[in-house]
Amino acid sequence: MPEIKVTPLGAGQDVGRSCILVSIGGKNIMLDCGMHMGYNDDRRFPDFSYITQQGRLTEFLDCVIISHFHLDHCGALPYMSEMVGYDGPIYMTHPTKAICPILLEDFRKITVDKKGETNFFTSQMIKDCMKKVIPLNLHQTVQVDDELEIKAYYAGHVLGAAMVQIKVGSESVVYTGDYNMTPDRHLGAAWIDKCRPDILISESTYATTIRDSKRCRERDFLKKVHETVERGGKVLIPVFALGRAQELCILLETFWERMNMKAPIYFSTGLTEKANHYYKLFITWTNQKIRKTFVQRNMFEFKHIKAFDRSYIDNPGPMVVFATPGMLHAGLSLQIFRKWAGNEKNMIIMPGYCVQGTIGHKILNGQKKLELENRQTLEVKLQVEYMSFSAHADAKGIMQLIRMAEPRNMLLVHGEAKKMEFLKDKIEQEFSINCFMPANGETSTVATNPSVPVDISLNLLKREMALGGPLPDPKKPRTMHGTLIMKDNSLRLVSPEQALKELGLSEHQLRFTCRVQLQDAHSDSDTHIRIYTHLKSVLKGYTIQHLPDGTVMVESIVIKVSSSPEEPNTKVLLLSWSYQDEDLGSFLSTLLKKGLPAALSSM
Amino acid sequence: MKLYCLSGHPTLPCNVLKFKSTTIMLDCGLDTTSVLQFLPLPLVHSPRLSKLPGWVSKDGTINLEKELKECAGRVFVDSQPEFCLPERELLDLSTIDVILISNYHCMMALPYITEHTGFTGSVYATEPTLQIGRLLMEELVNFMERVPKAQSATCWKNKEIQRVLPGPLKDAVEVLTWKTCYSIQDVNSALSKVQLVGYSQKVELFGAVQVTPLSSGYSLGSSNWIIQSHYEKVSYVSGSSLLTTHPQPMDQSSLKNSDVLILTGLTQMPTANPDGMLGDFCSNLAMTIRAGGNVLVPCYSSGVIYDLLECLYQFIENANLGSTPFYFLSPVANSSLEFSQIFAEWLCHNKQSKVYLPEPPFPHAELIQTNKLKHYPSIHGDFSTDFRQPCVVFTGHPSLRFGDVVHFMELWGKSSLNTIIFTEPDFSYLDALAPYQPLSMKCVYCPIDTRLNFHQVSKLLKEVQPLHVVCPEQYTQPPPSQSHRSDLMLELQPPPMPYRRCSVLGLPFRRRYERIHLLPELAKSLVPSEIKPGVSLATVSAVLQSKDNKHTLQPVPKPLPLPPSKKRKRVVEEPPEVLAPKPLLSGSVPLEAFLAVLHKVRVSLKTLNTYLAC
Repeated sequence: MPEIKVTPLGAGQDVGRSCILVSIGGKNIMLDCGMHMGYNDDRRFPDFSYITQQGRLTEFLDCVIISHFHLDHCGALPYMSEMVGYDGPIYMTHPTKAICPILLEDFRKITVDKKGETNFFTSQMIKDCMKKVIPLNLHQTVQVDDELEIKAYYAGHVLGAAMVQIKVGSESVVYTGDYNMTPDRHLGAAWIDKCRPDILISESTYATTIRDSKRCRERDFLKKVHETVERGGKVLIPVFALGRAQELCILLETFWERMNMKAPIYFSTGLTEKANHYYKLFITWTNQKIRKTFVQRNMFEFKHIKAFDRSYIDNPGPMVVFATPGMLHAGLSLQIFRKWAGNEKNMIIMPGYCVQGTIGHKILNGQKKLELENRQTLEVKLQVEYMSFSAHADAKGIMQLIRMAEPRNMLLVHGEAKKMEFLKDKIEQEFSINCFMPANGETSTVATNPSVPVDISLNLLKREMALGGPLPDPKKPRTMHGTLIMKDNSLRLVSPEQALKELGLSEHQLRFTCRVQLQDAHSDSDTHIRIYTHLKSVLKGYTIQHLPDGTVMVESIVIKVSSSPEEPNTKVLLLSWSYQDEDLGSFLSTLLKKGLPAALSSM
Repeated sequence: MKLYCLSGHPTLPCNVLKFKSTTIMLDCGLDTTSVLQFLPLPLVHSPRLSKLPGWVSKDGTINLEKELKECAGRVFVDSQPEFCLPERELLDLSTIDVILISNYHCMMALPYITEHTGFTGSVYATEPTLQIGRLLMEELVNFMERVPKAQSATCWKNKEIQRVLPGPLKDAVEVLTWKTCYSIQDVNSALSKVQLVGYSQKVELFGAVQVTPLSSGYSLGSSNWIIQSHYEKVSYVSGSSLLTTHPQPMDQSSLKNSDVLILTGLTQMPTANPDGMLGDFCSNLAMTIRAGGNVLVPCYSSGVIYDLLECLYQFIENANLGSTPFYFLSPVANSSLEFSQIFAEWLCHNKQSKVYLPEPPFPHAELIQTNKLKHYPSIHGDFSTDFRQPCVVFTGHPSLRFGDVVHFMELWGKSSLNTIIFTEPDFSYLDALAPYQPLSMKCVYCPIDTRLNFHQVSKLLKEVQPLHVVCPEQYTQPPPSQSHRSDLMLELQPPPMPYRRCSVLGLPFRRRYERIHLLPELAKSLVPSEIKPGVSLATVSAVLQSKDNKHTLQPVPKPLPLPPSKKRKRVVEEPPEVLAPKPLLSGSVPLEAFLAVLHKVRVSLKTLNTYLAC
């Protein structure tokens, strides 16, 4: 029986270094190729030796698909394609293709230039890797080869994020990447049609959270920023350059405008201006409202938000600063944090998820003393606020997506094991489908039961549909007969007559005849009538005829009676039927062997 | 399978395909050449136009001086301009299931089809087609509504009267179906029925038919369509281009193996080379400006104008025209320029890679930024204060009957220093200029039509090899003005099937097979036997299920077992319910083996011999 296998190399019961292998219909697909922010060693990248111990990956993979530009989904791509070795196609959407190399370069710079790591991918490798990328459009069916096709759906989450459907024949898998089921200030909600995949592989970051209304969270956020600025404090918001940052900028921009606020808002430079430009050019990927009004007013041209310079860190007075990266694991955001952490007037707002091992994760867990490199410690006095703005589907959203796509099986990745467990139970209860949650390196197997496509002759089909009437009767199903011709990989279903004609075969006639002796004290013609009456009463719903020459016919079975003048009461019944009527024929011979009931009224 | 042809215009097609119980409309082009019979609608009062004499027949019996005006020997209708609609009587428009749109020029009749006709289906188009199509419709409505005309002329349409009118009005066809422009409400309602599709997206219609748009290379988001079932394939080719301009290149290979290819929208200028025309355009423009004159370019607000601006972007520096102002006037000028920059996915590779930098794909962004190109919604407002001459003005409508272009014709027509350069191929420039005669301004005709020419199309057809080609009758003979040019027509084997307005063609199709699915349990129960080398047969007895045009075969359900108490008594008397299928008997009988078996079960050979003998 055909089966689909799913093996996470990363993101199995974990968040970070998403990388999931899928085997379907003889094809192998890698979904995402991310890095782990919480590690600085080998565990940073997925373990590609699972695929092959040595040599390149090209011959083991039919394609690689990247769902969106976050580094935990694409950070290992140049390592995989250029250092391990992969030359096949890599698919991603246009915005992802545009933004992904910038983030990779940024990541490389931090790792190599700042931390001084060697044996890391180079700028040239990022460029070479991106040359292997084929852009995907939404809803376009891309034929990877003759059998494998993929299709992208809108996922919300970040600019250009996509869910992908992978299809071989009638088997299919949908991988959600990260997605968001409620529209936000700059992106729309994820959508998929009722494609009934064999497996739906979903992220489950917020498997147990049901988030309160977005508006409340926004009001909360603005209130906190406002209060801090009013009392002269500084607000640090660590973000990734693209995504949440733009949403919060739109939020603050409109608030500053409305409240006529004067305190400066800064955005760490370089990446960001460029980032806003990407949003302008890819406006078709944003939400309805922004798309509708972009000609009059482009939401990504900010009036109040200015570029940040390192020298502003020590400026007196209140300010709001957006700085990268979002988990405080390196870079400018960490640098600013160190300077501002000691003052209780200041505030840090963490608008997204932080993986274990990062400073972001530590302070969110209430750690008040941080150990830095070279044995320094940092006291955290500023206020720490966590506001979940990350655009992931919550439990409600995940259930909603299941209802949309109607999968036969569910598989959870990109979440914490405990939370997954909870959601798994809920899914299995509510939808009565299997739900898997494999750990990294563990394989989940789902048997599929594909139906067999066959070409049916239109004559046969039309005849059957005409006979069957407009509505089939569930109690009395009509059986149709046909002959399946298997020739050169083609399967054709035609009427038996057509099959013989086509193949130049003549049908053999096979007839059975049988004699049954019977004691019946009547004339031959009366016996005929008695048999006719008897069979009429036993065989309801069959055509029984009494022919003029005395013969009785049941469907196509002929029954004749003869007797010798010597023993007129011993009748010899001669039964004859064709091979097609074998069942009825042998039934009749058994029945008649038992004799005719005495009480038959002769007509 | 049938094709109903509702438009006779080869580049503004409107056909309806009936295929496997679906009714699919292919494009709904609006023939706007009818407006050439009308007087221009001036934006400000024009003494010249209002003084034109009315028309009275020579013998004085017919007096239509209120409706018809004479200008330079031609007669024009003085009324709100009207368009020639697709045929609406040939079939019931409410039975149309879907409308497939190939490009924004071929959807202008949409409100006439979807509104007030009982239409309940949906419309499929790409996002750029929808957005730019919306702009062009809004522009058209705006042009009409901002200069309302009180009177509407109808008497001249009377058959008896039209017969005696001077040409070309006498020869105008289908005048009774002509209609004035739709309203903005109709546009919004019609466009709300559009469902967006992407290239190579497979859209299922009622489970019976699959339609797929393919890039056609002609304009932003323009598409050809594949309409297919598992066994039949119809390609609809409309407005396609193989030239490298701004749109994504044409997808040719997906058109292969078509049973029928419906071919419309070839170039209207088969003898004009677009590159040469572009060169002429630039040199005439430069010449006029240097001589101190103004240049007027009547054009649509989207399409070739992007290429013209790109060409000028490179040209103006070299030609030393850096200080000449370029104006683009249209109620949708700003939107058109902005929209062109956000459809990177639909652009050619070169432009696509620009957004990765990130830079706007079209250089007109830079022309606007450096103030070389300015755009205004109309001649009123800011434009009147900014206006400097000599200058270059791009504005609509290319028919010269309405829009801001009418104003510039009145303003600049008197001076021979000025030049009007025609770039759009949809209207005869002589007819367009007729109501402005006598005219002193120079006229240059540089029609740029990037659609396929006859040479390209015959090469394409050789490559994709459709079994049958259907095309407008105009393509099966050389153009009337160049009747000796046998290279300007389609010559194919078998010859193409021509259509004209109101034709109904039976397409040569024989459907013989349909897709059916055997459920895995049924497939497993089959016993194939090899009849000939490589050919196996299996007898199938199953229950047919047909739902949403999808067919499946499932195993015959086993009869319910009888309650055990009665079972023994009745088991013999129950006649067999289901006739188990018997394999077909054919081929040679292995006689030796057969006899051996019979011997084993003790059938005497003698009896057998008597049987075989009879």
